[in-house]
Amino acid sequence: MALLEVRDLSTSFYMRGGVVRAVDNVSIELDRGETLGIVGESGSGKSVTCYSILRLIQEPGRIDGGSVMFDGEDLLKVSRSRIRDIRGKRISMIFQDPMTSLNPFLRVSTQMVEALKLHTDIDHKAALHKSIACLEEVGIADAAKRIHGYPHEFSGGMRQRVMIATALIMEPDLLIADEPTTALDVTIQAQILDLIKRQQEQLGTAVILVTHDLGVVAGTCDRVNVMYAGRVVESGTTDQIFYEAKHPYTQALQKAIPSLHTKGDLLYTVPGMPPDMAKPIQGCAFYPRCPYPKLGEPDGPPPELVELGDGHCVQDCQYCDRSKPIEEVLSKDVPEAVE
Amino acid sequence: MLKFIAKRFAQGVLVLLAIYALTFFLVAMTPGSPFSGERAIRPEILAQIEAHYGYDRPFFERFWTSLSNAVRGEFGPSAVYANRSVTEIISESFPVSLKLGSLSLLLALLIGIPTGVIAAVKRNTLLDYVPMSTAMVGICLPTFVMGPLLALVFGLMLNLLPVSGWYGPRYMVLPAATLGLYYAAYFARLTRGGMLEMLNQDFVRTARAKGVPESTIVWKHCLKGGLIPAITFLGPALAGIISGSFVVETIFQIPGLGQWFVRGALNRDDFLILGLTVLFAALIVVMNLLADIAHVLLNPRLKYE
Amino acid sequence: MTRSAEAVLGAEEDVRRPLEPIEVEEGASLWGDAWHRLKRNRLALFSLFTFIAIVLFCVVGPYFSSWDGEQQDLIRGASAPSADHWFGTDTLGRDLMVRTMEGGRISLLVGLVATIVALLIGVVYGATAGYVGGRVDAAMMRFVDILYALPFTIFVILLMVAFGRSLWLMFVAIGCVEWLSMARIVRSGVIALRRQEFIEAAVSLGYSHRRIIFRHLIPNVIGPVIVIATLTVPAVMLLEAFLSFLGLGVQPPNASWGVLINEGQQNMEIFPWLLIFPAFFFALTLFSLNFLGDGLRDALDPKSARD
Repeated sequence: MALLEVRDLSTSFYMRGGVVRAVDNVSIELDRGETLGIVGESGSGKSVTCYSILRLIQEPGRIDGGSVMFDGEDLLKVSRSRIRDIRGKRISMIFQDPMTSLNPFLRVSTQMVEALKLHTDIDHKAALHKSIACLEEVGIADAAKRIHGYPHEFSGGMRQRVMIATALIMEPDLLIADEPTTALDVTIQAQILDLIKRQQEQLGTAVILVTHDLGVVAGTCDRVNVMYAGRVVESGTTDQIFYEAKHPYTQALQKAIPSLHTKGDLLYTVPGMPPDMAKPIQGCAFYPRCPYPKLGEPDGPPPELVELGDGHCVQDCQYCDRSKPIEEVLSKDVPEAVE
Repeated sequence: MLKFIAKRFAQGVLVLLAIYALTFFLVAMTPGSPFSGERAIRPEILAQIEAHYGYDRPFFERFWTSLSNAVRGEFGPSAVYANRSVTEIISESFPVSLKLGSLSLLLALLIGIPTGVIAAVKRNTLLDYVPMSTAMVGICLPTFVMGPLLALVFGLMLNLLPVSGWYGPRYMVLPAATLGLYYAAYFARLTRGGMLEMLNQDFVRTARAKGVPESTIVWKHCLKGGLIPAITFLGPALAGIISGSFVVETIFQIPGLGQWFVRGALNRDDFLILGLTVLFAALIVVMNLLADIAHVLLNPRLKYE
Repeated sequence: MTRSAEAVLGAEEDVRRPLEPIEVEEGASLWGDAWHRLKRNRLALFSLFTFIAIVLFCVVGPYFSSWDGEQQDLIRGASAPSADHWFGTDTLGRDLMVRTMEGGRISLLVGLVATIVALLIGVVYGATAGYVGGRVDAAMMRFVDILYALPFTIFVILLMVAFGRSLWLMFVAIGCVEWLSMARIVRSGVIALRRQEFIEAAVSLGYSHRRIIFRHLIPNVIGPVIVIATLTVPAVMLLEAFLSFLGLGVQPPNASWGVLINEGQQNMEIFPWLLIFPAFFFALTLFSLNFLGDGLRDALDPKSARD
């Protein structure tokens, strides 16, 4: 049985200006020890999906429906105390900005020991020892002394290591990492990703890695979900996504990566803008920007995910004609812009 | 830390000196002397009296004498209230004002801060709107309106509490409430704002993701930061309580220092004014120092000043 | 590897394609956005209208009344509200409604002028400190910190006693007390802006200092300044009322709300209306200004999500 099975998860934000359907019928499957990457641009709903898994959504947001089966339990239906029990112990989460994600008013030791004391019957001294050991594991030198410091006494990369240590101290089954390297220097990025991978191998933790950077995904993930406008448009193994991408958005993402061979003055960009999430989306969300020839108005139901074989799923869009390969489509004359 | 305290203390002393100089200057610049306003006195006698008190000396000499006396605790006689020295007046009335002031401040903190915390946690519910609107009303009614109103309701109409005099604990309730509730309103609003800011921070999300229960988040994670705006207001609050005491003591007939100050100012009692000003200023400076220390204790990022 | 080369070759064609027309959304300007938010805050709007109503009442009202604020009627003395005198009369027989209106004129005038004084001093001081930065800034703010610690009310009292009770002196004295907060806010606003990337962007685009200051810095600082000005007016009015209570306020026959409230308070038990009417208008004005200031603060700060 899969460790995590998310089915048709929907989360919306009820604002004065309208309802924003941030997560629209998203499904995820994850086995023990697997690494899943969730890729998408800002606003695609990848972070909100993760918050929804742990039920961290606050007003004005609300989880509208779906189920999150974790090891047999539906996290959306369990009691408040049960979900608090699971958080930090069986599922841990680390966040994007280590600067703001650690409490500047409390010592690091306090924040780490808290995690231990919440979920086990350990006494303070033992908790402190374990925390120090954990910090050493993640590569913080002189941990016994430094643990008593405050977050602002650590550098960005070290703060992220502290967050990872705190998240992994209870040896959870699942680690959700929400853009853990976005706020860090490139050199530190590699170190942090390495660290996550090492810990994962040691502890057998499954990882959900959220990022907007395809490069990060290529090096670390077993499987990938590509999200756009709150929906999953394509999912499959990393190889399938990179070499056999079928959805125009996935293909566009790859095209946009500059490489040393890129010629010309302009980088490829996907024309158009992401949709205004406050307005309900008709049919296919990617329609206005899709380079494939159009078949009709997007006034029907949203495209469903269809399995192509071997676990590779793509949104099967009935509003455009995908019979020809995309290179052929793009090398033709400029398709008409959508009014 | 000790260095910090020492530095602030030294600054405080300088501030006191500055205040003393400024007050002395203001008082000296006013034409005449404490004695010239009274009944008509023959000029020669007036000159004699003034000479006795040193009014014919050059400015800086007067300042120096006054200052050196003040440092020794001698502020001179009350010019208007014959046979009483300023020091006497102060030692008599200070304990009264001290009790009134501390009770008011304590009331303000004990009512204001928890109200603010609850309002922030239960944001946009009745537990938020009702106390905050009440607080707003409190801020908009000056002490000399609130005082009589409270006296009217609780004293004369309901006959629960005495409205004048200072003969026991029951007499302290209405005056302390008048002064204290006003500042409780301020502390409530400030604490609510501070807590709201804390509750919106990312680290609260991290704590929730760790499974920390909501109550722990409020009291252990957010309170320290949330109290900071309130702590910064301690100094001004005490200053306000002191000036408010002028009013409250008049309304409720309390024999405290506030009344003496006003009378002194209106009657040109120079020595009294100087003495009391220095005392009040010293109190405020000490309170600001305490607030600064508390601020540093609460916010670890400030330790490196 | 081959794959990416192919993908890249395909891209070569793409890069020469003209950008397709993009559906442009009308961006909301900060002011339009703020006004929009303010309009939705019904309490703030109500407060604004209330305040305007009060101002009109005080400024224009006396012209509509048959009574004059100085007309005494010693035989009548203090009388309760009646058809003749809607608010009643005071101990000297003067119509209380007109007195309240005229008192309002003075209180509001003090509030306005003293706030303007505080604004002028505070904005110039704070903006200079913030823009210049460095040691000058540190020294200037040290000065403010020290002044903040002083029991200013005491000085205002002394000033008023020393130099007599003129209205103009009161403006200046009160203004001198309130400019400190203004300076602090303006300074932090300027500092925050100076560091913002859009200022760097403007500089790198070659904009002159003058253009930066006038078109970028000032419009962004005006917001917080308006908020604190709106909140300073009630504080000033309270201070004026306090001075009146001590007998240092406006001189008779002129009266401000502070004076009226003081008179009312003294006769509270026998002639309660003398206290009720001026106190009501005073409190209502303070109320509306405070709520309006709060509303403005929320409207102008895009990050403060109240819902």
